[in-house]
Amino acid sequence: MSAAKEAPHAVVRRGGRSSVAGAAVMVAAVVVLAVWVPYNVSLGGLTQLVGLFSLIILATTWNLLAGYGGLVSIGQQAFIGAGGYGVIYLADAVGLPLVIALLLAAVVAGLLAFVTSFLVFRLVGGYFAIGTWVLAEGFKLLTTQVDALGGGSGLSLQAFSGTDRVTRIATVYWLGLALAVIVVVATYVLMRSPVGLGLTAIRDDVKAASSLGVHVRRWQRFVYVAASAGAGLAGALIAVNALRVSPDSIYSVNYSAFMIFIVVIGGLGTIEGPIIGAVVFFVLQQQLSSYGTWYLVALGALAVVVVLFAPTGVWGLLTRGRLEMFPLGHRVEVDRPAAAGGGRAGRRSATRA
Amino acid sequence: MTWVNAVVQGLLLGGQYALLACGLSLVFGVMRIVNLAHGALAVTAAYLTLWLSQRTSLPLVVCLVASVLVFAGVGYLLQRGLLNRALRGGELAPLLVTFGLAVIVVNLLQEIATANSRSISIGGLATSSTRIVDGLSIGVFSLLTLVVAVALIGLIQLFLSRTAVGRAMRATSDDPGAARLMGIDDRHMYGLATAIAVGSVAAAGAFLGMSTQFTPGYGDLVLIFAFEAVIIGGLGSLWGTLLGGLVLGVAQTVGAQVEPAYGILFGHVVFLAVLALKPSGLMPRTVTA
Repeated sequence: MSAAKEAPHAVVRRGGRSSVAGAAVMVAAVVVLAVWVPYNVSLGGLTQLVGLFSLIILATTWNLLAGYGGLVSIGQQAFIGAGGYGVIYLADAVGLPLVIALLLAAVVAGLLAFVTSFLVFRLVGGYFAIGTWVLAEGFKLLTTQVDALGGGSGLSLQAFSGTDRVTRIATVYWLGLALAVIVVVATYVLMRSPVGLGLTAIRDDVKAASSLGVHVRRWQRFVYVAASAGAGLAGALIAVNALRVSPDSIYSVNYSAFMIFIVVIGGLGTIEGPIIGAVVFFVLQQQLSSYGTWYLVALGALAVVVVLFAPTGVWGLLTRGRLEMFPLGHRVEVDRPAAAGGGRAGRRSATRA
Repeated sequence: MTWVNAVVQGLLLGGQYALLACGLSLVFGVMRIVNLAHGALAVTAAYLTLWLSQRTSLPLVVCLVASVLVFAGVGYLLQRGLLNRALRGGELAPLLVTFGLAVIVVNLLQEIATANSRSISIGGLATSSTRIVDGLSIGVFSLLTLVVAVALIGLIQLFLSRTAVGRAMRATSDDPGAARLMGIDDRHMYGLATAIAVGSVAAAGAFLGMSTQFTPGYGDLVLIFAFEAVIIGGLGSLWGTLLGGLVLGVAQTVGAQVEPAYGILFGHVVFLAVLALKPSGLMPRTVTA
């Protein structure tokens, strides 16, 4: 039966040539950042780049929370603070090696998120958002009451005393780059897994996802814990980079503003968006720092405009969904030369993820 | 007597929180929007009232009313211009837009009015008080704030339950599509609700500015306290919001009585306790929900 032999054979593709090219660009960028930049950029520049790495971690994890989990938090600074205080306490008072202290601080932040999720998860939508903020304020007020954490004035990191400045900055730089890469890749791997598929369903429609058997609450809690551990990691990196923490700066709601603006401007619900957004934000911050708070006014206005008129963000505007450096979707294509038209139709109906 | 005094002062402080919170409660009740720019708007209104009273020789009451009217207009335009559009963009969009607005407003205030703390002078009224018994006296101005809060919440409640526009607003809140079929312009209704809410925020901001020092960043605390009052009281209930404000005020003053640094922390703890034990709030849903 020749008809059966020629029946269209559908295959599911994830990514294509464009995503291989995109991935190659990303790998090249990471290699340049790891090998070339440290020897050709000033020490001050490296310290600022560590700031960029922590922004990428923050934005990627906030995007996981809001873009995929549907949970808008404006209180992730609670876990940034927990991570920042955690790493200095674990490294200095407990005496752990810095890398261990850093990772353990992230675990502590994740645990705190797990425990407190049972409170804030009683709120939904906007009230969840402010609830997380109250939690962060609570963390800040509690921190200032603990003498071991330096009360209102904060802590300084002693672990680097005795290390020369070049070694210290280079160590923190490579550590920051490695952590940012790990967080982005881990997020990508997570989103490619069945868990990611469930999260994508939650993002698109909570009720439909739930009726299809996705454990909405369980996965939202998982994402909240994972994103908060990421925020803790970023907080630890910020503290190690600045060599000190103080309650008012590490628990600042400005971190939430930064995360939200970065993700919204870059592109909510994509892996690439937060990275692009972080780079845009970082460059704007460097260029406009002499204009005082005006850059925040401009960023706020830009974010409002993007939400209202271009909800897919810069990444969505640039690529119109055609290019994925980190392909997450499942594209059904008809694997038959004669059915090229059908293949296009299949491509058009492919899931966006 | 110190404890009785703490509770009484807490109730009076709670009046201010209820006044700050009723706009947040109304906007959520009608549109299911949580306005993250709420606190920033309150502080902006405080600055406007201050500016009017310094630049003109008008009595303070007139400045307050003028600022309330200006803000009601701003609220209407905000809803028609930005938030109605944001509502069409799903659940996240209104949150992100109002958060963006809050950041814009706070930083603009910082540029225009500097970060120095200000307050609106009300002369002798600030310090005048009536002594009830020894060790317990009631500030006239804080009592006035409480009375205004109760009156405002009562008026909004009456408006919603007794007037034709109020009925239309409740209908829109229940089902915008069905309300539209009945000839109600839902976008206009939303605009009016936000106008009332932002007008009330302006009054609350002015009262706040008369009772305490404020800076551009003060709106963060305002938003948090207003939010706690709404949740403690129960979502969608204006009288609940009044009760929530009073509970929050008492928690803070009693906490501060235990140890001065614990005031705000006690408020947060009571909020989290309500969330843990009675997440629907003390007076869950009434007519306006």
